[in-house]
Amino acid sequence: MKTLKIEELSKNFGTTEVLRKINLEIDEGNFLVLLGPSGCGKSTLLNIIAGLETINEGNVFIDDYNVSKVEPKDRNIAMVFQSYALYPSMNVKENMVFGLKQAKTSKEKIEEQLEKVSKFLQVDQLLERKPSQLSGGQRQRVAIGRALVREPRIFLFDEPLSNLDAKLRVEMRREIKKLHQQLKTTVVYVTHDQTEAMSLGTRIAIMNHGVIQQNDTPENIYNKPSNTFVADFIGSPSMNLIKGTLKETSGKIFFTASDSNFEIPIKDYEFKDKSNLNNKEVFFGLRPEHIYFKKSNESDFEVNLRADLSEYIGHEQIMTFDYSNQEILAKFPSTIKIELAKETKLYFDLTQTSLFDAQTEERI
Amino acid sequence: MQDSLKSSSYQQLEQKSKYTNMFLRWFLYFILILFASYFIFPLYVMVVTSLKTMEEIRQGTLLSWPSGLNLDSWAVAWGGRGYGAGDTFLRPYFWNSIKMVVPAVFFSTFIGAMTGYVLTKWRFKGDQWVFLFLLFGCFIPFQAILLPMARTLGVLGISNSVVGLVLVHTVYGIPFTTLFFRNYYVSVPTELVKAARIDGAGFFKIFFKILLPISAPIIVVTVIWQFTQIWNDFLFGSTFSFGEAAPIQVALNNMVLSSTSVKEYNVDMASAIIAGIPTLIVYVLAGKYFIRGLTSGAVKG
Repeated sequence: MKTLKIEELSKNFGTTEVLRKINLEIDEGNFLVLLGPSGCGKSTLLNIIAGLETINEGNVFIDDYNVSKVEPKDRNIAMVFQSYALYPSMNVKENMVFGLKQAKTSKEKIEEQLEKVSKFLQVDQLLERKPSQLSGGQRQRVAIGRALVREPRIFLFDEPLSNLDAKLRVEMRREIKKLHQQLKTTVVYVTHDQTEAMSLGTRIAIMNHGVIQQNDTPENIYNKPSNTFVADFIGSPSMNLIKGTLKETSGKIFFTASDSNFEIPIKDYEFKDKSNLNNKEVFFGLRPEHIYFKKSNESDFEVNLRADLSEYIGHEQIMTFDYSNQEILAKFPSTIKIELAKETKLYFDLTQTSLFDAQTEERI
Repeated sequence: MQDSLKSSSYQQLEQKSKYTNMFLRWFLYFILILFASYFIFPLYVMVVTSLKTMEEIRQGTLLSWPSGLNLDSWAVAWGGRGYGAGDTFLRPYFWNSIKMVVPAVFFSTFIGAMTGYVLTKWRFKGDQWVFLFLLFGCFIPFQAILLPMARTLGVLGISNSVVGLVLVHTVYGIPFTTLFFRNYYVSVPTELVKAARIDGAGFFKIFFKILLPISAPIIVVTVIWQFTQIWNDFLFGSTFSFGEAAPIQVALNNMVLSSTSVKEYNVDMASAIIAGIPTLIVYVLAGKYFIRGLTSGAVKG
């Protein structure tokens, strides 16, 4: 049984296609993050799961039950919104029990739930206050509490941290993580912040233009991006994508960047399809953090590159190098001194590379 | 040496700016008082005249102070002289106006709130066209709807009645009240409605439990606007009613214009003030919310 299953789901607003044939499954207790740039359809998908938007094609199942035409209140879900959406005229207590009252829950049960949840979230001192008298973090807690008291099957979070300041955001992120570890409920969480996605999710679905680009664990998303969009979107600064061709000679595969005669050997790379690799136009992907100043593995590939630009950001520095007329970025500790406009010896960590087809932009 | 020189010149400058400031301040007050008197002058004349006897009015000047607190003309304006036919006084018409203005304000405000709620929180295909046509209603002059409205009231059988006037004012007010509420509800986050839907509240519950409780500022604005419009209306009142069903503004006109004998300025002034008092009261009671409502923007959770 899948807690949530989405099947061939499509949605358009007028002539604009927002979601295209989405397929998605979540097992009980998973924390799925929908990640993507603004306008990729991630919030629409969440609203559809909640039942706040209608579907043009496809189906949504919760616990194997088709809920595509079921009212939001009957889907056994709860949602936390970006603007908290606390009812301004009600105090914290009324806000938290509003849903239970609508569902005609018994008074004893309401009191019990309220006490349990408000203690758990440490808002039991605030029950009589109006939302306007609460700080941002407290509002966020109450909004989560309002979702918790209903004991839903699935929690939906719509960018819940983006209205908080940077410090509070990190704190609340940890709290949401703890909450999930303790309660082990199923969560669908929408964000455009990759750090949030990486740190919270047990699975991440990266979306762009209404299509899921990759649905995988955070480790795989980072290490084995399935296409150039994912490779570019995750990581800061994003992955270097060097354009060039593959050469196959007597069973060995080499990568040569355009306008250069460097040959980078490709060893131990898990190709999806080993045929027709010779003369294939590809992007050679390597993250800035996998370019080293000192040789650290036997297989590291040595290159001499000219440093063009240095960006100092305290604990680290981002250097821009010239690799046969293509810019590549590398990240080093700020203690290392590198002279600009001079050739520097660097090492590529070849265990961490990704290769993408230059035409389809898919991982090969 | 140089220091003391410097400090003395600073003292001079300080002194100079003090005098300049003082002069400007007095000048400002002078202007303000001048304008204030200009605006208060007619009211002064009205109040003073209403307290005078006809004798005093004939002998004194416009500005002269009354000899005493003589409320006779107020009593005549409100309750008449007590003789039979031809005696027009305001009391019955005042109640006509109240009976007209209270339901008309209530219904137009309520319908406007509902329409604004639907147009912002339950968007449907073509809703912006509905809003546009409603907006047109704000620009249709009173005169343009007199004939069709008279016909409508005739067909409905409620011409020359307070009920008819309530209908006219309610219908004519809806574009304005809708505009007010729509613009207010646009700034209310739609996520509130989504949250309430997930919590299981329906269309009316969301309106009454979530949106109406935070609408106080705009309700005040709308009520003041509608009250003033409807209470002060003369054209609809005089067109769609006559005789006993007339609202106070029509009666005031009849009283002041139709006296056949000597013009009783004191009674006329008292009547005019009585006819204007309710709107004044509404402004005094709700004025500060009016400003707040006009300037308040988003309702933040």
